[in-house]
Amino acid sequence: MIRTGLFGLVALAVIAGAAGLWITRTTPAEPGRFEALSGDPERGETVFVAAGCASCHHAPDAEGESKRVLAGGQRFPSDFGTFVAPNISTDPEHGIGAWEIGDFAGAVTQGVSPDGAHYYPAFPYAAYTRMADQDVADLWAFWQTLPADPTPSAAHEIAFPFSIRRSIGVWKALYLDDDWITPAEEPQLERGRTLVEALAHCGECHTPRTTLGGLDIDRWLGGAPNPSGEGTIPSLRPEDLDWSASDIAYYLESGFTPDYDSVGGHMVAVVENFAQLEAADREAVAAYLKALPGGE
Amino acid sequence: MFRLAAIAATAVAIASPTLAQDDDFEDVLTARQGMFRILAINLGIIGDMAKGDTEYDAEQATMAADNLHAVSMINPLILFPEGSDAEAIDGTRALPAIWENTDDVGSKWADLGEAVSGLQEVAGDGREALGPALGPVGNACKACHDEYRASE
Repeated sequence: MIRTGLFGLVALAVIAGAAGLWITRTTPAEPGRFEALSGDPERGETVFVAAGCASCHHAPDAEGESKRVLAGGQRFPSDFGTFVAPNISTDPEHGIGAWEIGDFAGAVTQGVSPDGAHYYPAFPYAAYTRMADQDVADLWAFWQTLPADPTPSAAHEIAFPFSIRRSIGVWKALYLDDDWITPAEEPQLERGRTLVEALAHCGECHTPRTTLGGLDIDRWLGGAPNPSGEGTIPSLRPEDLDWSASDIAYYLESGFTPDYDSVGGHMVAVVENFAQLEAADREAVAAYLKALPGGE
Repeated sequence: MFRLAAIAATAVAIASPTLAQDDDFEDVLTARQGMFRILAINLGIIGDMAKGDTEYDAEQATMAADNLHAVSMINPLILFPEGSDAEAIDGTRALPAIWENTDDVGSKWADLGEAVSGLQEVAGDGREALGPALGPVGNACKACHDEYRASE
């Protein structure tokens, strides 16, 4: 009787362990899915700007053109510790110059490294997972035009238990979902949704998080505490943000609010990116925000 | 009785430094926030014309640009005494980094002056001239706010 009980317990532990390993495993992109696509570097530049890659991965003191040298080194404090952006320049040793497109797609859309480790979701792959395959291919084609930088990546400063990368598998099972968050019935709203929910990853800061660090989708874009310091990131929902569509588009272009205060904090980098996109893209974001539930 | 007085004295001693500090800086906070408000109001006159929200008026646009230029001639560091940062007192978003980089703050303020001069030159030339000249002004605002002002 005791022996059976013990056996049952062991069996249960083995099953639980196996289930744990299953949940926490990495699932790379299907082989061949991206290799077949041919990327357009010019379109890729738009994806690059909209996705804000350089904003987090340029060197801490970079200005102007050198912001396209993706040497890493910027620090991002959070409740889980401090993340340090890695070198993702085209350097084959310290950057990602030796990667293939499948490696790149796995990293960007699934948060998986070429050697099968999970990336921390400070890298906003939970938004990028909604990217179109062609956008990934175009982005990778543009990437090949970027400079190499030999700065080694610094380690993240993350405390136990979050230092166990395997635990990110549980996080992904809960929060990595490539479904869209809102419906979009016409092309402008679709474009706005691609920008807000995928590329520009607006929800990462403007949506509150659960205690496990996942986005609380029920309060999508409803505003949140600033993850890296004091203050709050404002809500973008129509019941809170009473700016007109043209106010929103003008803000994304000029950085001026309707009462001519200027943009501050990390949003400066976001506006810098949006200012480089076409006017139609800024208008699409404005249309998307105005169409959120609670609006007209 | 004595004990009560001691407690009260301690309470005052604990509470007063912050109070005194806030009082000390009340004038500079009002002045510097007013300075930025003057910038915003005058930028608004020109920006609304650039957007097409209001009709272009050469005289008003020139007056607003002249005001922007006048404010840019103020040396802002006078209004930012040591200790008047967001970590030390309430009612400001000025980051302590300002006092570690006063040269850089000064040079960014000079960039604003240059951008505003550009705007001043073209403010009377018609609506179309405003937008392109506003760009550098906005960039000058952003460049400083990016590093030296806390998010709301």
